[in-house]
Amino acid sequence: MSMNLDNTETSPAAAPAGAHSRRRASGPIDLAIRYGFLALLVGLVVFFSVFANGFAGPRSAVFIFQSVAITGILALGVTCTLVVGGFDLSIGSVATSSMMLAAYMMVVLEQSAFVAIIACLAMGALIGLINGLLIVKTKVPDLLATLGMMFLLVGLQRIPTEGRSIATGMTLPDGSTAEGSFSPLFLQLGRHRFDFMLDNLLPAPVVFLVVIGLLVWVFLELTRHGRLMYAIGSNERAASLTGTNVNRYKIVAYMISGVLASIGGMLLAARLGRGDIASGTNLLLDAVAAALIGFAVLGAAKPNAFGTSMGALFVGILLQGLTMMNAPYYTQDFIKGLVLVIALVFTFSLSARKSGGH
Amino acid sequence: MNETLCDLRGVDKSFGENRVLKQLSLSLPAGSVTVLMGANGAGKSTLVKILSGVHARDGGSITLMGREFAPASPSEAIRAGVVTVHQNINDGVIPDLDVASNLLIDRLAEPGYGFFLKRRQNYAEAERIASQMGLALNVRQPVAELGVADRQLIAIARAMAHDPRLLILDEPTSSLSASEAERLFLLIERLSAKGVAVLYISHRMSDIRRIATRIVSMRDGEISGLFEGDTLDYEGAVNAMLGQRMSDAVISIPAPGKRVLEISGLQLIEGARPFDFNLAENEVVAVTGLLGSGKSAFAQSLFGLDQPVSGRIRIDGQDYRVRTPQAAIARGVFMSAKDRANNAVVADFDITRNMTLPFLSRYAKLSFVSRAKERRTANDMIEALSIVCQGESDSIGTLSGGNQQKVMLARWLAEECRLLLLDEPFQGVDIRARRDIGRKIRETAKNRGTLVFVSELDEALEVADRIIVMSEHSVAAEFRNENVDLNEILTAVTGAVPPAGAARTAHA
Repeated sequence: MSMNLDNTETSPAAAPAGAHSRRRASGPIDLAIRYGFLALLVGLVVFFSVFANGFAGPRSAVFIFQSVAITGILALGVTCTLVVGGFDLSIGSVATSSMMLAAYMMVVLEQSAFVAIIACLAMGALIGLINGLLIVKTKVPDLLATLGMMFLLVGLQRIPTEGRSIATGMTLPDGSTAEGSFSPLFLQLGRHRFDFMLDNLLPAPVVFLVVIGLLVWVFLELTRHGRLMYAIGSNERAASLTGTNVNRYKIVAYMISGVLASIGGMLLAARLGRGDIASGTNLLLDAVAAALIGFAVLGAAKPNAFGTSMGALFVGILLQGLTMMNAPYYTQDFIKGLVLVIALVFTFSLSARKSGGH
Repeated sequence: MNETLCDLRGVDKSFGENRVLKQLSLSLPAGSVTVLMGANGAGKSTLVKILSGVHARDGGSITLMGREFAPASPSEAIRAGVVTVHQNINDGVIPDLDVASNLLIDRLAEPGYGFFLKRRQNYAEAERIASQMGLALNVRQPVAELGVADRQLIAIARAMAHDPRLLILDEPTSSLSASEAERLFLLIERLSAKGVAVLYISHRMSDIRRIATRIVSMRDGEISGLFEGDTLDYEGAVNAMLGQRMSDAVISIPAPGKRVLEISGLQLIEGARPFDFNLAENEVVAVTGLLGSGKSAFAQSLFGLDQPVSGRIRIDGQDYRVRTPQAAIARGVFMSAKDRANNAVVADFDITRNMTLPFLSRYAKLSFVSRAKERRTANDMIEALSIVCQGESDSIGTLSGGNQQKVMLARWLAEECRLLLLDEPFQGVDIRARRDIGRKIRETAKNRGTLVFVSELDEALEVADRIIVMSEHSVAAEFRNENVDLNEILTAVTGAVPPAGAARTAHA
């Protein structure tokens, strides 16, 4: 790697940027940036509790969590790639590929749940590795590399079964019938409910979401690896000149993203009990939206695990509330888009004004 | 002298708190070639951007041919007759378009051009412009297929097509070969004979000797010297540009310790003269030279960013050859990079996080960073370097330039090293911070060798025990910083003995 520091004559504008905003003033704009989104979240809950019948209650709360669990796990993966200044568009198709792979392993190849899980995780890591290498070594821009990977996987996952969904008893391309079935243990991953205050309250995917969310948060906020990844995202050249192995961290970020997406895919397979080629189409956009909405939480103006979780939750609450108030299903995407745009305005316009940027 | 074509009176420009141009006054006579010299950050680029309509001035007046001149955009400046060829060639050409479109691009942007492209007319017009300039190019060829020199000539040719009254050339020869540059010089002479005023920005003494009829030196946003007449005082001009207001900081040179760095026969780029150099513990050596003299290449090859062509480097008697900054840091060679905004500051981080970035593992157990431990270091460093801030968790962007630079220095002073490389540590730093930084560098120098790369002479005089002057990617002279004769240094910096036949090397 050879870098030329010579051709960048300092623009005088770069040096004093933000120098005139001495210290965070805690004015109303500042408060709005920091707590606006959380206040909105609380307001939403109160609003639906009052106006939507049956919204307030543990069952409804759990339903919301369950609806955002898989999206949230994928969004946490995207967050890691956003942290290093990248982007992973392939997560949706990694998740569906993982779902198909899990089904194929158990139903067609009649393998155990354990083998299926290992295969899915390995696939996620491998795809992340390939994404990372494409971006780091061959210098393909991140959006394009992962977009290419997305198309590739959408096609690849359908080749073994000639485009059919995978379920016990299906006819295979060679004319035989698939004899295997999903292991009950595997299905429990998506369907088991833990007792928590009420009997059978907490679904397993929600537990996965909480645990993974905590792990990602700890990794990004408390470890030196997370710190270096943020440094790379903020100023790659500076990070590299302080001896950080930028390429390795970027690859790791894509591998985390791939593995989390494959976990999301397995949970989807376990919930559905089949490898359904038609499901999971919304995963990518919902996950990306959650991660981007997360920028606005607590005025972070950068990708962060807590914000991403809140973003996912926010969308979940909004949709559940609207559904319970009998809003038609087709308004959902519109509402999601609107929330995303507002969150992005929060992040980029208001916090740019705060830092006195130009 | 000829009549004045462009006259600047008391021009002011600030970016934030940074006053880049201070009551600058300058007149440019028609038919003259005025060379503008100035170190990095002197305000040359800002001056050019104001004249070419990129920035608006804050105060003062500019008249062009007797009329008030205040362009709101680059295209307005061009229409008024002020044409600029920018330093960065890629700002000048659009690689995906063909030569003809590149030559005529401003015309396509003009309001009266019409909606559809007039292809045949364009090609004819482009060929006319090219032949006028003596460019032997196929106008239908995409610019992407051309070399740097051709791209530069296209940018210049396009400028010519506007019949400029004032032509501004910002380091136009930096990528041209000798014969191409000569073609450009002939053209400049022809234009100035026609009464065009030329403002020519360059650091290259051979160009300046060849083309200048006047020299203006700029320093800290002001004109620090104006030289005209039959024989130009080149050394005086460089002196005025670098400035050596004698500093009151008196250097007492300590006895050097044991040898740290040993360089023999180091050849930085193909064609450069190999050089030797030694550095001992407790020694601070300043490396100076004009832009492009090889200072940065030297620093970068020591930090594993560039690979020298040949030669041997040893540190503490051990062979040293690294390919990455990581490897260099592992060997105890640290570098604080120049241009901190692009190469050093992590804008999203606070002071503490910026400081602990390179040695984060020292603050981490099982990868978990101890905030308390790194805060302690940060507070120590804030105290030691008298960094002005409210606390160690201030965002780095809230600090002034000088304090940001101190944080960048603290980053590397927090750990012991064998060789510390500081590339332009005083860039964009006010005088007080500069003193602080210089003092700290010397105070901590005891157990390491220190190389400070600076382009301004008085910075070198303020900080160093020894000063080496680089020119043409090699060491031209060496001085002990004791009753040193400034004129000798200046002679070495300007390379007063031009090589016979003024042999030009690409990227000299």
